[in-house]
Amino acid sequence: MHEFGITENIVNIAVAKADEAQASKIIQINLVVGEMSGFVPDCIQFYFDSLSKDTIAQGAMLRFELVPTQLRCRNCSTIFQPEDTLWSCPECRSQSIELSKGREFYMESMEVE
Amino acid sequence: MKKIEVIQNILEANETIARRNQQLLYEHKVFAINIMSSPGAGKTSLIQQTLTRLKNRLNIAVIEGDVASTVDAEKVQSDAKAVIQINTRNMPESCSLMAAMIESALMDIPLDDIDLLLIENVGNLICPSEFTLGEHKRAVISSLPEGDDKPIKYPLIFIDADAVIINKMDLLPYVDFDIAAFRHSVAGLNPEAEIFELSCKTDEGIERWCSWILAQVKNNATRQ
Repeated sequence: MHEFGITENIVNIAVAKADEAQASKIIQINLVVGEMSGFVPDCIQFYFDSLSKDTIAQGAMLRFELVPTQLRCRNCSTIFQPEDTLWSCPECRSQSIELSKGREFYMESMEVE
Repeated sequence: MKKIEVIQNILEANETIARRNQQLLYEHKVFAINIMSSPGAGKTSLIQQTLTRLKNRLNIAVIEGDVASTVDAEKVQSDAKAVIQINTRNMPESCSLMAAMIESALMDIPLDDIDLLLIENVGNLICPSEFTLGEHKRAVISSLPEGDDKPIKYPLIFIDADAVIINKMDLLPYVDFDIAAFRHSVAGLNPEAEIFELSCKTDEGIERWCSWILAQVKNNATRQ
């Protein structure tokens, strides 16, 4: 639902970084998106195509690396992936759990010419 | 074709403005709470109750975030020192308040005369958890008719909460809401969250919530 403003950020960051690198065209933008982050890749690509018009990012492809949710048990430190919506440790059954991966949302790199 | 390393947080733009907001609030000794919940859980009612109880002890400003209308701003108008209504309908994002919206609202609030800023976010359990506003504390309300499974379905907003409020406690005899199960889920995600059981309709539990706010405001003032 909030991908429009986020995509504006992506275009701004990409164009600024490409300018710094004295590139004339952005071919691909590599983004890392956590499964828990609540951003929808298809939706970002849709807005990107219109927001990047007439910039050096026009026509660039967005590649999303999805980071699966990874949890850590506060009780026994077991690292695991959730199997359902109820987070409980597969080793000790504790439900005291912290999120160790899955909230990422950053631009990793770009391919430019 | 060449590859360039970037490594930049996409949300950085919002976070930079949020830090600026927090600095401004700090300079004016204003303590801010971001209040989040699904629509109808009782954000406005909780703000009204808080104003009634605390208006003689603190100068309170309210920022109301809604997709449309000034309904909520009108409800809190009489007891607040300042009320700003933000309508997100015409903004790039309508599902959550963002730091830039708060930054412009703060320009219309006489910050030197304010001790406490209550920010009512747009009713939504997903988007507001991604956008920090510059607040000092985050409060999430769940109400009994919504069911006790919200922390399981929307963990992020509960992971980041400083206070979790169970509202509409007066409905407990009529709905299937397992308070112990809810508390257990919240404690699992976020052992540090303070949990409040209250009813904005009957007043039950409001006093403890207001004492918590007073303690937070005092702590914040002595830290400066």
